[in-house]
Amino acid sequence: MNVLVCVKRVPQTGGRIVLTPDGQSIDTRFLGFTISPHEECGVEEAVRIVESQGGSSTVLTLGPAEAEDQLRDAMALGIDRAVLLETSGPEWDPVSTAAAIADAIRAQEAANGPFDLILFGNEAADTGDYQVGIRVAVALGRPVINGIKGLAFADRADAAAGAGTRRIALARREAPTGGWETYELPLPAVLGVKEGLNLPRYPSVPGRLRARKKEVERVQLGASPAGATGMGAGEDAASAGEASNAVPGPTKLGLRLPAEERSAAEVIGRGPDAAAAVVDLLERIGVAGR
Amino acid sequence: MSGPVLVFLEHVGPDLDRLSLEAVTFAASLAQSLGSNLEAVAIGGEGSAGLRLPRGVATLHLASDARLEPYAPATWAGVVGAAADAADPAAIVAPGSDRGDEVLAHLAARRGLPFAANVLSVTPGPSWRVVRQRWGGSLLEDAALDAPVRLLSVAPHGVSAAEPTVDAHPEVVAVTPDLDPSELVVRVVGHEPRESAGVSLTEARVVVGGGRGVGSAAGFAQLEELADLLHGAVGGSRVATSLGWRPHTDQIGQTGLRIAPDLYIACGISGAIQHIVGCKAAKRILAINTDPESPIMSVADYAVIGDLSTIVPAISAELRRRRDTAA
Repeated sequence: MNVLVCVKRVPQTGGRIVLTPDGQSIDTRFLGFTISPHEECGVEEAVRIVESQGGSSTVLTLGPAEAEDQLRDAMALGIDRAVLLETSGPEWDPVSTAAAIADAIRAQEAANGPFDLILFGNEAADTGDYQVGIRVAVALGRPVINGIKGLAFADRADAAAGAGTRRIALARREAPTGGWETYELPLPAVLGVKEGLNLPRYPSVPGRLRARKKEVERVQLGASPAGATGMGAGEDAASAGEASNAVPGPTKLGLRLPAEERSAAEVIGRGPDAAAAVVDLLERIGVAGR
Repeated sequence: MSGPVLVFLEHVGPDLDRLSLEAVTFAASLAQSLGSNLEAVAIGGEGSAGLRLPRGVATLHLASDARLEPYAPATWAGVVGAAADAADPAAIVAPGSDRGDEVLAHLAARRGLPFAANVLSVTPGPSWRVVRQRWGGSLLEDAALDAPVRLLSVAPHGVSAAEPTVDAHPEVVAVTPDLDPSELVVRVVGHEPRESAGVSLTEARVVVGGGRGVGSAAGFAQLEELADLLHGAVGGSRVATSLGWRPHTDQIGQTGLRIAPDLYIACGISGAIQHIVGCKAAKRILAINTDPESPIMSVADYAVIGDLSTIVPAISAELRRRRDTAA
């Protein structure tokens, strides 16, 4: 099975976010970078699928030149190939991002054969847009489901294939009212996965060394086609190209930190002697459970 | 006059879920600032026409084709699209739930429209402005959302929710979308009940959360005991679930659950942003931690300083003692 996993380079935020003076981005001078936690599970799942079923795994990202680090991290965990869609300038909006990734997947498949499965994180840790994977799936005309925390495969009789069978992904996610709901997606398919799908491994030293020597295929994309200065809607955007015959956005204007909602905690006690004060508090706010 | 605001609602029987109540409250306020009507779209069988809605919904677009159950994201997006074709809305609002975000993303992709997820507020104008959450809410983004129809989902627990009433009687209009069989391929084909008994983390009035300070899977027994006494639920930080001390379904945080209990008791949790965004909607937070300088203290209302492995059992014992005395 050939698996593609799409990831995004994001800063490794600790206890508190600091912004650049222009309010356009996070001050990352003192931060490391990583990929979103959901995507770490996507990388692990791609490696496991190829380990158990054969085939090949590819990791792809759209981002700055430095995102090569995250591609090498993924290859250190066992991903075979890496593709960097290298961008410059301000961050890309989700519509433009999805259109570029869909184009790149078409090009990859034309050159190297089809992907049976394409994995995304359910949402990126930084922007939380909840849409790039679905947009890519719709552009490619493939079935898609988000929120996946369990994955297996099966072969099903397929009337359209005569006596043949078709590979099905059995995907599981949490139901809104509790418990789990299952979905069946005929391959090729797209999945948005969530942390909890698996427990990602740590990279081995030989894995890191191998990853350092591997090629990263680079595709230069440059600045976002949506333009740096707000993109009006409608015709202007539509004329930008057939592949992104869509209105881009939303357009980031700036970032800011939310107002602090709480002040420092009131210390109501120290050690086990605080138990009485805690139970007084529980009774006062009506949650003592009686 | 501007077109109406159309809000997509999720419900169980006649009752909207909490995030849908937040979405309809948000949509009502947007409709008011536009001076336009509020319309809703829902999917459901018999009885859904009696949905308990807040006041102010003028029209309910209701799709009740049997093939729409169970959930199928692309098809449900088609229903919202068909309602939008009928209503010609200025904006479509959805709850910030798995399904709300998913349905709007499908609709946006099919119609070539932008979609702003996790929105806290919106200001219509020549160019629409939205404030949306990034990093689960620890950062805010000001953005422009310009399109013939503005699609947005409401940040979970980021806005208040109006109470539904029984005397809201919108005009009910049937929606009959064109159902493309290829879009019905991805749908719920099975359902397994929740493994654990008891109250769920998202419904519990009290949640006891444990982090690295709990020390082991076995250490959670003390937290379970306290939660049982309070009729509450136990959750864990990302550290606790990644180390396998708790199942991943119990993770509170940006990549797990967003909870909003009356009281959250954070035990041995330092307070990384990833965790804070999952628990900050709690009405009150009590932190139990050895380190008075840990980041959790800046979001907690109350704190007990010390070792949770002695403090938590002491609280359980005190609860029992008072119960026995009262009895």
